[in-house]
This record gives sequence, C-alpha cells and structure tokens, in this order.
Amino acid sequence: MTTAATELAAGEPAQEDAPARSRRGGGGLGAYILIRFLLIFPTVFILVTTVFFLMRSTGDPITAALGGRLTGAELAQRVQEAGYDRPIIVQYLEYLGNVFTGDFGTTLSDRRPVTEVLATFGTATLELACYALLVAFVLGIPFGRLAAYARDRWPDAVLRVFAILCYATPVFFTGLVLKLVFASGLGWLPVAGRASTRAEIELQFLEDPTGIYLIDAIRLGDPEVIADVLEHAVLPAIALGLLTAGVFLRLVRTNVIGTLGMGYVEAARSRGVAERRLLRKHAYRPALIPIITVIGLQVALLMGGAVLTETTFEWKGLGFQLAEYLQARDFVAVQGIVAMLAVIVAVTNFVVDIIAALIDPRVRY
Amino acid sequence: MATVAPAAEETPRTAPARRGWRRLPVVHQLRQSVGLQRGMLVAGLVLTAVFLLTALLAPVLAPYGYDQLRDADGAFGAQQPPSAEHWLGTTVGGYDVLSRVIYGSRTALMVIVVAIVLSLFAGVLLGLVSGYFGGWLDRVLVVVCDAVYAFPSLLLAIVMAIVISGGQSSMWGGILAAAISITVVFIPQYFRVIRAETVRIKGEAYVESARVVGAGHWRIMTRHVLRNATRTLPLILTLNASEAILTLAGLGFLGFGIEPTAAAEWGFDLNKSLSDVTSGIWWTSIFPGSAIVLVVLGLTLVGESLNDLADPRLRSRRSADTGDVGETSVVPGGSLGAGPAGLAGIEGTGGNAL
Repeated sequence: MTTAATELAAGEPAQEDAPARSRRGGGGLGAYILIRFLLIFPTVFILVTTVFFLMRSTGDPITAALGGRLTGAELAQRVQEAGYDRPIIVQYLEYLGNVFTGDFGTTLSDRRPVTEVLATFGTATLELACYALLVAFVLGIPFGRLAAYARDRWPDAVLRVFAILCYATPVFFTGLVLKLVFASGLGWLPVAGRASTRAEIELQFLEDPTGIYLIDAIRLGDPEVIADVLEHAVLPAIALGLLTAGVFLRLVRTNVIGTLGMGYVEAARSRGVAERRLLRKHAYRPALIPIITVIGLQVALLMGGAVLTETTFEWKGLGFQLAEYLQARDFVAVQGIVAMLAVIVAVTNFVVDIIAALIDPRVRY
Repeated sequence: MATVAPAAEETPRTAPARRGWRRLPVVHQLRQSVGLQRGMLVAGLVLTAVFLLTALLAPVLAPYGYDQLRDADGAFGAQQPPSAEHWLGTTVGGYDVLSRVIYGSRTALMVIVVAIVLSLFAGVLLGLVSGYFGGWLDRVLVVVCDAVYAFPSLLLAIVMAIVISGGQSSMWGGILAAAISITVVFIPQYFRVIRAETVRIKGEAYVESARVVGAGHWRIMTRHVLRNATRTLPLILTLNASEAILTLAGLGFLGFGIEPTAAAEWGFDLNKSLSDVTSGIWWTSIFPGSAIVLVVLGLTLVGESLNDLADPRLRSRRSADTGDVGETSVVPGGSLGAGPAGLAGIEGTGGNAL
C-alpha cells in the first residue's frame, strides 16, 4: 500500500551504500551474493520472532479459538495437550526449531499442516500475482514513458492523476466497481471465483495438476475451459494490477525525466541523434533498471493486495484462506501463514537484488 | 490542516522570524509552485480541507446518526435505493448511507491523527538516538526496521489488530487498535529518514563546535540535529496519512473494523456491501468507496506536489524573474521518485548510465 513512501525508503539503501562501497573498495559479485544471502536469516528470524511473541501475548491460540465454546476443564485439557501451558521460552525455542526444519505448525480449524495450505492455495495466489504484474507492465511502462515525454503537458497531467488514482483506490473498491460494471451490470464477465463449476470439475480430472488453472486448462486442451479460466481472471488481475501499474508509471516517468537531463543524452542530442531515438534508446533503457528492484518491494505489496483482492473475488488463494482463518479465529494458521510469507518475501527480495546486481554492476557493493 | 500542522511546528526556522509564515511548509511550496503543479497542489489542499471540515462538522452535516435505524416514520428499511429521505440510500443493515459516509470521515481523521502522532514520536526518537550514538544499538535497529519494512504492511497490521483488540471492539478501542497497527508499520519509515539525516548532520562542523563548547548529548540531539533533520517530515506525513486511511479501510474490509454501532468506518461498510454488488445494488459500495478515494487522492496530491517541488529535477520552473528560489532536494540521497538503488543514488558517482 505504499507508493511514494516505498520509493522514498527504497531510495535510501542506494544512498547509504555509497560510502560503504568506497570503504570496502568495491568487492566482487560473489561476495555481494554471499552477504545478501546471509542477510535473509536475520530478516526471517526477526519477523518470525516478532510475530510469535505478538500473537502469543494475547494468550494461547486454543483459548482464542474455542474460548466460550468449551468448559474451563476441557479447555485446560486441550491447552495442556497442545503444550501451550509450558513456559513461553520453551514454546518459542520449539517453534523456532520447527520453522527451521520447515514445519510452520498445524491449523486448529481444519487440522492441516500450514505448508500443505501453502502448497494448495499458494499456486492460485501466484497465478493472480503473475496476471497482475502483467497488467502492471503493460499499462505502467508505456504510459510512464509517454508521461515523461509529454512532461507538464496534458497527457502527463492525465496520466499522473491516473497513477495517483491507482494508488488512492483500495484494491477491494476497484474490484467492487469492476464487478458492478462488468459482472452484475453488463454481464460480460463472471462475478467471482477462479472458474465455473463445470470447468473446475473438468480440471479435477487432470493428472498431477499444477494448480495454476491456465496451465492446467491448456494441458487439458479444452478451448472452452481455457476461455472460462481467462474470463474469471480478467477482473481480479485488473484490480490488483492497477495498484502496481500506478507505481510503475510514476517510477518510469521520474527516471526517464532524470535520464533525459543527463550529460550523455545531451551529448547524443548534440551529435544529431533524433529525439525519438534519444527517448527510446538513451533515456528509456537505463530508466528501467530501478523497476527490477521495485518488483522486489512489490512482492510485499502484492501479498497484502492479494489478501484483499482474493476476498473481493472469492479467488481461492492464500489470501482468501488467510481471511477465512481470521474469521475462524484460527491464530495458529494465521501465524503460520504470516511466518511463511515472511520467508517468501525475504527470498524474493534476495533473488531480485541478485538480478539487479547482475544487470547493473553499480548496484553491487 | 491537522495533518500538516504538527510538522509546521517542527520546521527548522533557519531564517529569522520576519519571513515567518512564508517559510512554513505548504505555504512556501504553494508560493513556489506554478502551472500544473500548482493546480495539483491546490486540488489536493481543497480535497483535504473538505475532508477535515466534514470530519469536524459531521453531527451538523449528517441527516441521521451513524447507528440510527429508525426515525419518527418507522424503520428505514434495508437496501433502500436513494430517495428524498435517504439521499444515498440505506445499507444492508438498514443504516443511512450518507450519514455513515459523513461520520466515517471522523473515524478516519481520528485514526490518522493518533497513528501519525504515535509513529512520529517513536520513529523520530529511535532514528535520532540510533543515528546519533551509532554502535550495536544502531545496527540492531536498522536490521529490525529493514525486516519490518520489507514485510507486507497489511499483514503486520492484521497481526497487531489481533494482538490489541482480538479482532473487534468499541469505538475508541477500534480506533486505537487501527492506529497502533498502522503505527508499527510507519515507525521504520520515520526511523530510516531521521536516522539518515542524523548521521549526515552529526558530522557537520556546528555539531562538533557544540560538543567542544560542552553541550550535552540531549541538547545537541534536540537543538542541533533534530531541528535540521525534519525537512522531509511534511512530505512523509501527508503520504502516511493517506496510507493510514488505506490500511484502516483494509483492516475494516477484512472484518477487523469497528462495530457499526460504535462508529462508522468505510472499509467495514464496503465489506458489508460485498454481497450487494452481486445483485447490482451500487449505492452501498460506491459512496463509502468514493469517500476513501477522494480523501486519499487529496492527501496524496498534496504529498506529491511537495515532493515534486522539493526536487529540482521535477519542479516546473517559472520564468526567471521570480525571486522565490526553490529549495534543493529535501530528500536525502535524491528524489523520492527514484527507485531503490535508483539513478538518483548512482548519479553522484558520475557514471555513464548506458
């Protein structure tokens, strides 16, 4: 839910890194990757620890979920069985050990390991996130370039207001409006879900499904199912994608304006390079590099957005499931999913940073 | 301008008092702006002012109470379309939509104020101490804040909401829960900005002189460092205010909102309107949603304009005859718009970007 603020704080590391880089006298890509990799551990450790102690400070999860529905004695027995009556530090160390071995706990409401929940619903969220990123790229990058080129003229004004609107509109409201217009109003697209019941049933017959409906539908080879799956994806993808599109648009605009003012562009212009080519080749390409790094931050944003988008469209992914567990007050599941997302975010950021370093050597330090 | 006023008091008054109000943030930028940028700033200020007035005058403006279900003529009825009695219709719960939209601005404003005051205090204090003293405390705080910052803010807010209120609550309980949840998300932002500035200012000659003269740490921190480290705050304040509204609405939408009988909250109302949308009932969702969009739009326009005006690369310049020279970038390390490891940071190294 951050755009300008994200960019602000995102700009910080570059600035802080500069002295660090000169102090260490450079350093190879290998060293950078190693340091960056080792940084994953404290990040995950801090988040897992914070979430554990915060969640446990309200009391044990069993009382939270079942309190009022069971008698005191039954409750005490359940609490004891689950080991929640032991000292908190013992529970914490056990939890940390479990997390380290990949065990994020078992949900209270439907008794499933949290990792299994991730495997079942994670693919749906991944599919949605990919569609959303696609929408963001298709809208954000060309329009950002256009806005930079038409700086301070009307296309720029329109596009900037559009970008701010993308940020100002909560994803669930975008979703509601899209549903009102295109689903219940015009009736062009389905209201909710990932596929119609018929398509869902057909997809279930597939051997070892990937869980990504589009891939499964293509493997199934039924054009009707493919169309059905795509129809269901349009509105959620636009709702979530617009959020990121605004960020991309602004970023591309600012960076293209920045590069257009640089010495080498001026030099190329004085050599007689055409304005069009100047924009396309000289100013545009280097302006795209920061986008790669921002995608890393967008992962966190998309996760938050996915929870809301999936709830709006009943898209049965991780976010939808998280909302369900929240309603059921199943805090073991919530804690598990949140901790696992922390790992995913940390690892994604690592990968993105490495890609950025491979593309642009100046990022390394 | 409740969202701007706290910053105004902390603005460094480098110039003597006679330049007074012209140097205040917002006023100064308004004078400095031109053309399209001025239009955006003014539009933002107008929207923000309307929001503040609505929030303050809610009991006068709203035709009914936010939890009123009936009047002298009997019950309002659920999901009534807009009519003379109910300009914006009624909700699925039988409340008047217009009244709840108006009262919702109160809740939003209270959450913003509490969240910003809390995170400002905590973030500024931590950033100042961390940047000034350095050492292991600094390193630990930086790693912790980075970790928290990288995490999806909504999920963090959900965890905090569970911790604080167990999920649902009275008006003040709900407002405090939402505000504190948002605070936790914001602290790293203030921390990072203030810390970076503090580290920079710490090396300045006047801080050194103050130390030689024998000023205490606390005095140096508050008088010499803090006063000069607050340049970016007005900008972050407006952006965080809009983010606070979005987070509050997100929490409300997921059912962590404030009970409808305790206060009106836009996100909660949108959640309740989810089922209406399927049957084509539009008035229960469009109005609270638009309220969120307009308020966030207003605050963001103000923040955006302040950002652009502060960055020489982005500021539209008026013709040369003006005496009012703009400030150079207030953002440590360059433009806000530049990405992480962005060109702003790299430019300084003078590289050929291709």
